[in-house]
Amino acid sequence: MTQKLIIIGAGMATGRALEQLIEADPNAYDVTLFNAEPRGNYNRIMLSPVLSGEKTYEEIVTHSAEWYEENGVTCRFGERVANVDRARKVVIAENGEELPYDKLMFGTGSNPFIIPMLGHDLEGVIAYRDLEDTELMMSMNETNKVVVIGGGLLGLEAAAGMAARGVDVTVVHIMGHLMERQLDEAAGYLLRKALVDKGITVRCQANSKQILGENGKVRALQLDDGTELPCDLLVMAVGIRPNVKLAQDIGLAVGKGIHVDDQMLTSDADILAVGECVEHDGAIFGLVAPLYDQAKVAAKTLLDEPATFVQREISTKLKVTGCDLFSAGDFAEGEDREDIVFRDPARGVYRRLVLQSNKVIGAVMYGDTADSNWFFGLIKDATDVSDMRDTLIFGPAYQGGTPMDPLAAVAALPDDAEICGCNGISKGQIIAAINGGADTLDAVKATSKAGSSCGSCVGLVTQVLGLTLGDEFKMPEKETICKCSDLSHDDVRKLIIAKELKSIPHVMQDLDWKSPGGCHVCRPALNYYLVCAWPGEEVDDGKSRFINERVHANIQKDGTYSVVPRMLGGITTPKELRAIADVADKFKVPTVKVTGGQRIDLLGVKKEDLPAIWYDLGEAGMMSGQAYAKGLRTVKTCVGTDHCRFGTQDSTGLGIKIESEMWGAWSPHKFKLAVTGCPRNCAEATCKDLGIICVDSGYQILVGGAAGLDLLEAQLLVTVPTEEEAIEVSCAFYQLYREGAQYLHRPYKWIAKVGLDWVKEQVADDLENRAALAERFRYSQKFYQVDPWAERARKGVDSHEFTPLADFTKVAAE
Amino acid sequence: MTDFIDIGSVTDIPVQGARIVRTAHGDIAVFHTASGHFYAVDEYLEGKAGPLSNGIQHGEKVTDPMRNWVFDLATGEAQGADEGCVGTYEMKVEDGRLLLSSAAIAGQVAAE
Repeated sequence: MTQKLIIIGAGMATGRALEQLIEADPNAYDVTLFNAEPRGNYNRIMLSPVLSGEKTYEEIVTHSAEWYEENGVTCRFGERVANVDRARKVVIAENGEELPYDKLMFGTGSNPFIIPMLGHDLEGVIAYRDLEDTELMMSMNETNKVVVIGGGLLGLEAAAGMAARGVDVTVVHIMGHLMERQLDEAAGYLLRKALVDKGITVRCQANSKQILGENGKVRALQLDDGTELPCDLLVMAVGIRPNVKLAQDIGLAVGKGIHVDDQMLTSDADILAVGECVEHDGAIFGLVAPLYDQAKVAAKTLLDEPATFVQREISTKLKVTGCDLFSAGDFAEGEDREDIVFRDPARGVYRRLVLQSNKVIGAVMYGDTADSNWFFGLIKDATDVSDMRDTLIFGPAYQGGTPMDPLAAVAALPDDAEICGCNGISKGQIIAAINGGADTLDAVKATSKAGSSCGSCVGLVTQVLGLTLGDEFKMPEKETICKCSDLSHDDVRKLIIAKELKSIPHVMQDLDWKSPGGCHVCRPALNYYLVCAWPGEEVDDGKSRFINERVHANIQKDGTYSVVPRMLGGITTPKELRAIADVADKFKVPTVKVTGGQRIDLLGVKKEDLPAIWYDLGEAGMMSGQAYAKGLRTVKTCVGTDHCRFGTQDSTGLGIKIESEMWGAWSPHKFKLAVTGCPRNCAEATCKDLGIICVDSGYQILVGGAAGLDLLEAQLLVTVPTEEEAIEVSCAFYQLYREGAQYLHRPYKWIAKVGLDWVKEQVADDLENRAALAERFRYSQKFYQVDPWAERARKGVDSHEFTPLADFTKVAAE
Repeated sequence: MTDFIDIGSVTDIPVQGARIVRTAHGDIAVFHTASGHFYAVDEYLEGKAGPLSNGIQHGEKVTDPMRNWVFDLATGEAQGADEGCVGTYEMKVEDGRLLLSSAAIAGQVAAE
């Protein structure tokens, strides 16, 4: 016979319990669900993204009206329970109606704690608890000031969410540093710095005295030093208290929360409780992971199945974009405890592990949390770390370990790791879509949008499908980077960034390379991906580069080399020409040729002579033309308005400016440009990777041309009115290509894959994105605009490349 | 018994790097692999491959920069579908010095 279950409170814990119960046995109970809020269950922890505008309320609803209906749950939303008569086993609703129950479950949650200071009851003083609070905060804009009391998890998420909307936010925190329950002082400092960078004012060690009002409405917060902080809204986020009132009224055992045993039963065997309202073994709960564990146990208890709730270690992450922090376990200092600390101030990275008896008992990380799951695992499993102590702080990549299965790299990513950069979709959201029934790649694309834009993340999305569905999902065959790996180029690139891999051995270790040192196919590709992903960090490995890029000259069929000095825009001077003629004589260069890219090529140079030739050319002010590079090659120009009667713009000048800005950059393949002064196209801009055609009204920018194995006409990307914009678009397009294309794909191949429309969206339509791309390019250029010839000819870099180890030919001649 | 000639210090060749030893009969490429081993093989396989010291090393192998042939440094054998073998020479490391069999050099000198 079906029993009656009444649940008080539709929150995340009771919601999960209900799901588990219905999944196990849909007919076991006839369920009635009361909720004081006039709505069903939504993902309360996602209110912060709603506040910051990254999500909408609809996106965080976990159970819709249809879900309740389909599962036969009688909903009484917006209604409170007035009383419970335990002797008669009836619940009495607010309207006096009596409902009998066999089992009753409390999920009354918690109430935000409101400091009872003067003025706390003014209009505009709120907590951060539910959708109503969130909506009030969302109504604030650039013209408003808000004060948040409480520098804990919730307070900071509220502050960051409003700051993202342009609100002038001040956080007032009583303790010496932010999030003191989760962070130590150093990490608290880094967090504070990041929040200040977001425009938030932070006042620590600030004691609130009273709230000042005007006409019954909040006006300012006054601190005990007399400072007044004016505000239109005051948010108190100083903690929560389990909501035990009803439980107390009906005589259940109550301490800080409603007492429950390991089966989630209260002092009344027919009444269960789960969530933030409970107290178990002296502890109360505010984070979601233990609540879900409780829900699971409660569902089993309702079905008379054995289950035990065990408190486990919990970890914390802050949901504020751009502030990566992680904290788990116990990190207080103590005499029997030891610290291992790693800091990288330039990157704002801080890691601290707390060890006790050779076990990690606590971890705090800021700025680089890629390995947090691994450290959390060490804490949970109480692993003995004596053997890896020396390298422990650097994370799993530096530990000897067992080889991983091909999906392990993706499996190890945290749920909030971004998989689809175009649409900002995380791994967790993809899993949610799959769990919601999307069991094919197309279905995931349609429901979550992941992989539906540029498509470069499709490989990873497919792996998430494989991981989530297990054997039900057949992994499609895909093109891998080479025989050393099961991953595609796109997968590898994304994982290098997601897992912050910064060396080739690190990549090979973490991504389960099947060969010990890779091969000549993957090594140069990986090296490029690292160089592109981490400008300014010493990731470039010359030993993984093809010989041309290692000795900065083009190897010829007889083992000699060719030397091409840079001539910006194809413009040279008598002085440069004399220097070229002189080195050709001095080093007996057999062939001097003008190239297709408007440069001069010295062919047939002996390897040993390269540094000396470069030295002489350098004396005349010339640097490497990088004619050997998978990188920026040449900008061809015509003479434009300087001399030509048809010229519409200064094409030579623009070509020089572009080449000055772009030389030195590495890319997936060579990148050639041209700027031509009118549509007669003397500089042949229409078959270049990027060509600019000057017209009266401005600059037409064409991309994706080719005149090699394939012959393709470049297509119009955008027309811009000024030189500055032409340069900006050129840099942005180059950066988009650098970041997205597979190694050894010229732009036309890459465009064929992602589509010209997508490229236009990124570079032509989305001006903010264009500026961001150009900015990333310029940042990268700070590190790569170094003349490799000067380094070798004058500073002795890589001198071993150019001289024999030993020479016995003279011995023989004697 | 094999005689050896000192050709330089182990630090003269960076890890995963290679340098050549010139002899009257042709260049010998000396490799220092990631595992810390040293190998000496002919720089060229006449008409087919080389200069091998310019190739990319991976494991105990090198890929020829011209035609992408892969050679096993220990045996000199071309890998995969390609057929061919470069000469290999005995080498050893003593007290941080690189020693190459004098036969590699003297033998060729003697051939003159």
